[in-house]
Amino acid sequence: MSQPTVKQVLFEPVFNNNPIGLQILGICSALAVTSNLKTALVMSIALTLVTGFSSMFISMIRSQIPSSIRMIVQMVIIASLVIVVDQILKAYAFALSKQLSVFVGLIITNCIVMGRAEAFAMQNPPVLSFFDGIGNGLGYSAMLIMLGIVRELFGAGKLMGYTIIPVVNDGGWYQPNGLLLLPPSAFFLIGLFIWGLRSWKKEQVEKPAFRMAPQVSSKEAY
Amino acid sequence: MEHYISLFVRAVFVENMALAFFLGMCTFIAISKKVETAIGLGIAVIVVQAITVPANNLIYTYLLKGGALSWAGLPDVDLSFLGLLSYIGVIAAIVQILEMLLDKYVPSLYNALGVFLPLITVNCAIMGGTLFMVERDYNIGESVVYGFGSGASWALAIMLLAGIREKLKYSDVPEGLQGLGITFITIGLMSLGFMSFSGVQL
Repeated sequence: MSQPTVKQVLFEPVFNNNPIGLQILGICSALAVTSNLKTALVMSIALTLVTGFSSMFISMIRSQIPSSIRMIVQMVIIASLVIVVDQILKAYAFALSKQLSVFVGLIITNCIVMGRAEAFAMQNPPVLSFFDGIGNGLGYSAMLIMLGIVRELFGAGKLMGYTIIPVVNDGGWYQPNGLLLLPPSAFFLIGLFIWGLRSWKKEQVEKPAFRMAPQVSSKEAY
Repeated sequence: MEHYISLFVRAVFVENMALAFFLGMCTFIAISKKVETAIGLGIAVIVVQAITVPANNLIYTYLLKGGALSWAGLPDVDLSFLGLLSYIGVIAAIVQILEMLLDKYVPSLYNALGVFLPLITVNCAIMGGTLFMVERDYNIGESVVYGFGSGASWALAIMLLAGIREKLKYSDVPEGLQGLGITFITIGLMSLGFMSFSGVQL
């Protein structure tokens, strides 16, 4: 297998191999933090950085890690990076870190980080792994930011806290869709995004496990 | 006693780990194609959650919290920034120990749970349970009840989803929405259903 290029590992995951849309990784946090754009952005940045750096560090020591305890080694590296992010957020953006509550800590168990470490960083050199991590982080961020924009714009008529569409309660004309601020809407939106993505990129469509037999005439059936 | 019962009911229904906080989604979606496997995983999660939350509670109260080390003569030390690292270590260790114990003493259960046990280490529902316990300052009794209840809530949700998905296999879903897409929408509807519990005051 030839070495993938930096450009490939950086942009493949955004549309062609999206971690949320196709690999089913890292969905937990995608739902809970997207009710407004600001938290979605912060979460995306945090996750992208953690994935990039953890892939790089794991890749640096990949030939020294005994395979029987590699999980624990990976966990320790990831957890240390997350602690750094958590402490920085607490120091410089305390209100925001309260809003994100446990979800910053949950980056540790976010399968994207672990998945990339296991699937890519263990076989590839550090620089490439770093970009692979960043690329997957970007794929995740793209999904999160899209969700954040849709939910905040149509749910509250705002973006980043600034009014874009004046809502009825403040004397405007837009009747906001309250459902979009509730958690279940994130599921519907992700479902629809996946639908859109797969109609565009046909090769991602899953094979159905079971298909209806074509209509047979009644004579053949009996 | 009443306090514990209401905490349990709240953990199972109102604050359902999977459907209200969306934790453990990766495994929730990946392992919910069959009811039997979903039940196996659900039970494993209940067991691990009921052990790890109280264990982490003890570690937090006696080792990490600000002033917790006063019994060792270090009243000013606050190690709570080491929390994340120690919780994940404890979870990984407990899962490993549980795996070995089950393999030795209850092989039938070990075979039934099989591959799901190691998967649980990276299940965010377990980690989330611990973090919520720390954030809400539960004491040891509450954390036992909360651990059991939140594990049960996740198990309930995955069993329900697996039941629906087994039936869904036979329906004619538009192309592109097949598989992952329709699963998300199903979970969305389930989550809406569970939101009706959120008005319950206990």
